[in-house]
Amino acid sequence: MRFFLLALAFLGLAPMAEAQQRTRLTVYTALENEQLQPFKQAAEAALRDIEIAWVRDSTGVITARLIAEKANPRADLVWGLSVFSLLQMEAQDMLEPYTPRGAEALRPNMRSARSPMTWTGMDAFVSAICFNTVVAQQRNLPRPSTWQDLLDPRFRGQIVMPNPNSSGTGFLTISGWIANMGEQGAWAFMDRLHENIQQYTHSGSAPCNNAARGEFGVGLSFDMRSVTLKNQGAPIDIIVPTDGVGFDLEATAIMRGTRNLEAAKRLADFTVSRTAAELYGRFYAMLALPGVEPTVRGYPAEFAQRLVNANFAEIAAARERLLAEWQRRYDGKSASR
Amino acid sequence: MTKFALPFQDSVRPKASADETALRMIHILGFLFLAVALALPLGSLLLRAFEDQHGAFVGLHNFAIYVTTPSLIRSAWNSIWTAALTTLVVIPLAFAYAYGLTRSCMPGKWFFRAVMLLPIFAPSLLPALSLIYLFGNQGMLPWMMDGGSIYGPWGIIGAQIFYCFPAATIILSVALSTADGRLYEAAEALKASRFRIFFTVTLPGAMYGLVSAAVVVFTLVVTDFGIPKVIGGQFNVLATDVYKQVVGRQDLNMGAVVGLVLLIPAILAFLLDRWALGKKSATLSGRAVPYRPKPRAVRDRPAFLLCLAIALALTGIVAVAVWGSLIRFWPYNLSLTLDNYDFARFDAAGWQAVWLSIKLSLLTAIFGTAIIFILAYSLERGPRNGVFLAPLRFLATIPLAVPGLVLGLAYIIFFNATNNPLEIIYGTLAILVLNSVVHFYTVCHLTAVTAIRQLDPEFEAVSASLHVPVWRTFCRVTLPICLPAILEIAVFLFVSAMTTVSAVIFLYGPDTKPASVSVVHMDEAGQASAAAAMACVILAISLSAKLLQLSVNGVLGRFTSAWRR
Repeated sequence: MRFFLLALAFLGLAPMAEAQQRTRLTVYTALENEQLQPFKQAAEAALRDIEIAWVRDSTGVITARLIAEKANPRADLVWGLSVFSLLQMEAQDMLEPYTPRGAEALRPNMRSARSPMTWTGMDAFVSAICFNTVVAQQRNLPRPSTWQDLLDPRFRGQIVMPNPNSSGTGFLTISGWIANMGEQGAWAFMDRLHENIQQYTHSGSAPCNNAARGEFGVGLSFDMRSVTLKNQGAPIDIIVPTDGVGFDLEATAIMRGTRNLEAAKRLADFTVSRTAAELYGRFYAMLALPGVEPTVRGYPAEFAQRLVNANFAEIAAARERLLAEWQRRYDGKSASR
Repeated sequence: MTKFALPFQDSVRPKASADETALRMIHILGFLFLAVALALPLGSLLLRAFEDQHGAFVGLHNFAIYVTTPSLIRSAWNSIWTAALTTLVVIPLAFAYAYGLTRSCMPGKWFFRAVMLLPIFAPSLLPALSLIYLFGNQGMLPWMMDGGSIYGPWGIIGAQIFYCFPAATIILSVALSTADGRLYEAAEALKASRFRIFFTVTLPGAMYGLVSAAVVVFTLVVTDFGIPKVIGGQFNVLATDVYKQVVGRQDLNMGAVVGLVLLIPAILAFLLDRWALGKKSATLSGRAVPYRPKPRAVRDRPAFLLCLAIALALTGIVAVAVWGSLIRFWPYNLSLTLDNYDFARFDAAGWQAVWLSIKLSLLTAIFGTAIIFILAYSLERGPRNGVFLAPLRFLATIPLAVPGLVLGLAYIIFFNATNNPLEIIYGTLAILVLNSVVHFYTVCHLTAVTAIRQLDPEFEAVSASLHVPVWRTFCRVTLPICLPAILEIAVFLFVSAMTTVSAVIFLYGPDTKPASVSVVHMDEAGQASAAAAMACVILAISLSAKLLQLSVNGVLGRFTSAWRR
């Protein structure tokens, strides 16, 4: 009888005890809204004693918050943030060096070169063209398949792209051109493209959102953006240009100064696992972990070959200079159109 | 009148010392509050203007870089001319509207009072979306743009006029709501023309309100980045320059530099306010007979038509957004649906964000109104020689000129410091409340001051000579007379906290994401209809708060301002 009561008490208390032990990790992220729930569920299922509390915002806002909080970090972990932001934070000594278990298996250009690593990649997202087919028909716009196609005078005043000084997506786009055409070539290309640009927006998703609404014919943005819009019935095609696209990594890092280092390390281990990679593959076509087949649809088979060969550290180091040069060339000009 | 009454009041007041001590204590407390909630956070951010990103002191190096930025002069000039043009359009419109509300006998005043606030009942994204639906390239009325584009200065000015109208109208209707009927009787007895009465009685009486309203509108336009960000295209203004530095380049040091530059309008506003103060005298003396407009068709009909036209324009813009929240996808699938209101489909926080916003707004309204009104009273009616007076007045005008973005970052840097005992409020609802109270301080302060200045200080002098302590005069006389203004402030704080984005976007925690931030997130994710839907929910809640205030006003009015009739 006594044993029975004890067992009962144990059974009753066990879930409570587990609930008490669960460590709450604050995770800052720039992932899409619809990714948050599946990622949280998968991680909490794999690590029963860890609870994830998301703080999600756009890349720029989250990075500015992290840097402003530098003296007393509130985030335990960053999961799903642009590698350029992480490199900037690495330069300010904000990342905890730790090589997650299994991280060596990641593609070498998709993880930190340091030992121990400061960040690990999850997947790549690429700059892409959002092309409104209805507007194209109305205004007789040809369907572009390369970046060079955008220089066609028929696109004059039809193209919208993010201002790289306001948006990470904008910087991703120009860094891809620089990696692909060389710096001189890229500036020459942008000089001509500038003639066709209707507007440089402050938000990275605005060009695609506005192209979907038919405000403009062509929006330069990134590939993930268009999925949500298409599902709502927007007549847009997502075009990944064949002449080399810039890409950015979504990556993970532990914040130096976290109050839950052990738990954060275990979550970091999970983020490079096969289970996690399969999850990323539901949304992205290019994964950091080789050998995992992405299940996302709508990407060309030879997609991986279109990615330019990017050296993130080099681009990140040149960022200030490139942004200043871009501003000098294009931002000082008045909106004549 | 003020100048005459004050020395008199000080010399005979028997209980002056006890009252004075109390009011001086309020000055000190108020100063401490504004120091901790405003001056210190701002100071700790602005110090960064003199540092590099590793925290080393670099003197004026950042400023030197900034003034050589090629687009700076253009941004500054763009900021100034758009703000000036907006002010020139808004002030006459708001004055005419407020005049109609307070000095005419037109029908449906309660309706016009509720409608005038529509623009601030929803996040600024709502008018921006509406303008795109109306005048964008796929818009319903593109011919009105005459081939021009909505993305640029004209879009900014249009949206800003819509957005600044309520703030100007609130201040002006408070300024016009109390007048001494004897002045009008005297003027009429002297056979002065309507025209002359307007320029010699009405306008001087509302002068302080006019100056405040103009300063408020100008500064609001200069510091707002939400509208130029969405609809301004690449038309650069100072506020979007801060955005570029902080959010685009994550350069807090340069952001602090531009933030400092943006404080210049605040300093000018402060000087202008002091100047207007010198010109001002109380309009409602103890012997005043409240002015009651008599029906007069020549004035009432045009006033009604003008107010109706403005009200229709305001409701039209909102109606487009409400419709936008009910369609599937603009402009390709216009079938109606309620799915956009199922927020959990678009944003994990779902409807919880709405409840959180309500809680945040209620707390902001309660604490904010009490703090702001008591402090304004102590400034106007307390001892005139305290050391804290000038700093307090100055601090009260600062928040208007601080872009929300700068205030948000300042709060991170100050309240997240390891050696700050207030660190415990970081990431909680409390810091959002504190931030909202401070962010919207100035307009409320100006409204309170305008209302209090219209009461003759003789009220206090008489009470004092009757041995009535100042707090009792405050509760028995000032509060009831100012009750309409106080409720106005409370509702203004409530709706502002419901709709604010720019500062709280840096401060919310995992469990404290407000609805207004959800709106921005859903729009960024390409869910414009859902964003419009959430904005409409915010609008409905704000509108309910306003209608509640109006009915409370009606009931209370019968008890507290019966003397006005």
